[in-house]
Amino acid sequence: MESIGVLMMCPMNAYLENELQKRYNLHRFWTCPEKPAFLETHRNSIRAIVGNASAGADAQLIDDLPKLEIISSFSVGLDRIDLGKCKEKGIRVTNTPDVLTEDVADLAIGLILALLRRLCQCDSYVKSGKWKYGDFKLTTKFSGKSVGIIGLGRIGTAIAKRAQGFSCPINYYSRTEKPDVGYKYYPTVVELAQNSDILVVACPLTDETRHIVNRQVMDALGPKGVLINIGRGPHVDEKELVKALTEGRLGGAGLDVFEEEPHVPEELFGLENVVLLPHVGSATVETRNAMADLVVGNLEAHFAGKPLLTQVV
Amino acid sequence: MAESPLVLVHRPPTMKYMDEPLSRYYRILTTHTSSDPLPIFLSRHASSVRAVVSIGRFKIDADFLSHLPSLQLIVCTSVGTDHVDLPECKRRGISVTNAGGAYSEDVADYAVGLLISFLRRIPAADRYVRSGKWAKYGEFQLGIKLSGKRVGILGLGSIGSLIAKRLEPFGCIISYNSTCQKQSIPYLYYPDVVSLAANNDVIILCCALNDQTRHIVNREVMESLGKNGVIINVGRGGLIDEKELVKCLVEGVIGGAGLDAFEKEPGVPAELFGLDNVVLSPHTAIATPGSFNNVVELALGNLKAFFLNQPLVSPVRLD
Repeated sequence: MESIGVLMMCPMNAYLENELQKRYNLHRFWTCPEKPAFLETHRNSIRAIVGNASAGADAQLIDDLPKLEIISSFSVGLDRIDLGKCKEKGIRVTNTPDVLTEDVADLAIGLILALLRRLCQCDSYVKSGKWKYGDFKLTTKFSGKSVGIIGLGRIGTAIAKRAQGFSCPINYYSRTEKPDVGYKYYPTVVELAQNSDILVVACPLTDETRHIVNRQVMDALGPKGVLINIGRGPHVDEKELVKALTEGRLGGAGLDVFEEEPHVPEELFGLENVVLLPHVGSATVETRNAMADLVVGNLEAHFAGKPLLTQVV
Repeated sequence: MAESPLVLVHRPPTMKYMDEPLSRYYRILTTHTSSDPLPIFLSRHASSVRAVVSIGRFKIDADFLSHLPSLQLIVCTSVGTDHVDLPECKRRGISVTNAGGAYSEDVADYAVGLLISFLRRIPAADRYVRSGKWAKYGEFQLGIKLSGKRVGILGLGSIGSLIAKRLEPFGCIISYNSTCQKQSIPYLYYPDVVSLAANNDVIILCCALNDQTRHIVNREVMESLGKNGVIINVGRGGLIDEKELVKCLVEGVIGGAGLDAFEKEPGVPAELFGLDNVVLSPHTAIATPGSFNNVVELALGNLKAFFLNQPLVSPVRLD
């Protein structure tokens, strides 16, 4: 039987690579010195792509691979994949929902606590020996602060449940109001920001949600408000964010994602009122293994003619 | 009109936040402003003092108390009273109050913050980004999932209960060991610290420090917790045998720790500074403006009740 060509877009997980290698003819795209030549050579043998939050499949790549049948993303976000093109060509798309929901929600709360209570600075303060010369200063309480969530899907809901344990009133913005959730709905992101101490981005990245957190929203959040982004970098107008933070118009930010990862605006490096993380929302051993199993499971199901596990298109 | 009562304030020079609130109702005498040695100062000026406000952790031992013949009340702005000679207070008939629940939310928040920061490597990851390493070297090291972990709480008082309430929505399985085991508590009870450690992935220390609990977390407990186990300490440094803790962390006997308290603060064992399996903090779990406002109100409330011969707001048991 002819071996199935699978194109992996970037390094993402050693366990996943091994499992794919065992089953398929795995092509590691990032190791190809001449990508156009590579695609020309292998265009008829590649039947699947494995992408993630950094690299997926745009219209050009899809056109370059006429035998492409399925794209299996090692992420829940699909913003790197041209879904319209996939629908048009009958290419199936799968992602990794649910298995990473808890980790991402845990990290959102972790970002809030680390930011408000200055946990990173506290750790450095002790490890650099500064404590001998004086106590650390007062920080900001989390319990009871109002939390405004953009997007009340699986991740947004999990964040809300965790924040409620800290007696936080929960507000949200969503495309449609959800009448049974018991949280306060705001019809615009600006109003959500005006009425929340902590604004959390937890919606998918689409053409409509690009720069959903813009200057107006940041000004509404204000010098005592903080922004937490565990969605995608482009949800936030990053140039405006840097200005708002350096000018003191925004109280602080906890960011796991950036517009041009792994590049992070250097103006943020010297700020005490930010926490900067290298896109680790789902980055635990347990969750990455579960995500890898889903990617492999979806590919196996597809090539065996069985129902897909987590089909999006 | 009668002169307002005299209150002695025993505090480090930097901790001034009670001075103005107290001055609204009382004449205050501070122990650190005189050049006289403490015993002489007290004998000279404080023989009529009925109430002392204790801020920070300056010892209030039998010797200190012996110079205050009229003393009937010690108001502590800390929750911990391990710096006060409680048996001597009991003997003398001196009441002691503490911070009650004034700090509980902030400490509970902080304990959860330390735990998530440890498991998800937040301080190290933040440094990784700020130092430019993400752009240069790529993906950071994987962390450990919190949801679903078994968490054992040592001391299910006001702080411990709030920690449990915060961790439940994370899917953590909560158990506890405490001096009070109640039927009404919905969590699993373990009769001793070793079995608590053996059956949990994380133990969080938030019990009082006293003779029964000094070094309650010893080598045996840490071996029982095991190489993937985590200790979070928002209680007192003395709850843990610190020398053994350092060895257990360096040797990988336990997985790691998040520590806000140490045995000889602000001294911290230097061996911990280079470890990547610890998150350290300068005893700051209570340090928000809200907590300080709460404790000012509580201290004034206790003093007011005392001088009106009414029940104290947050008395501490002396036995």
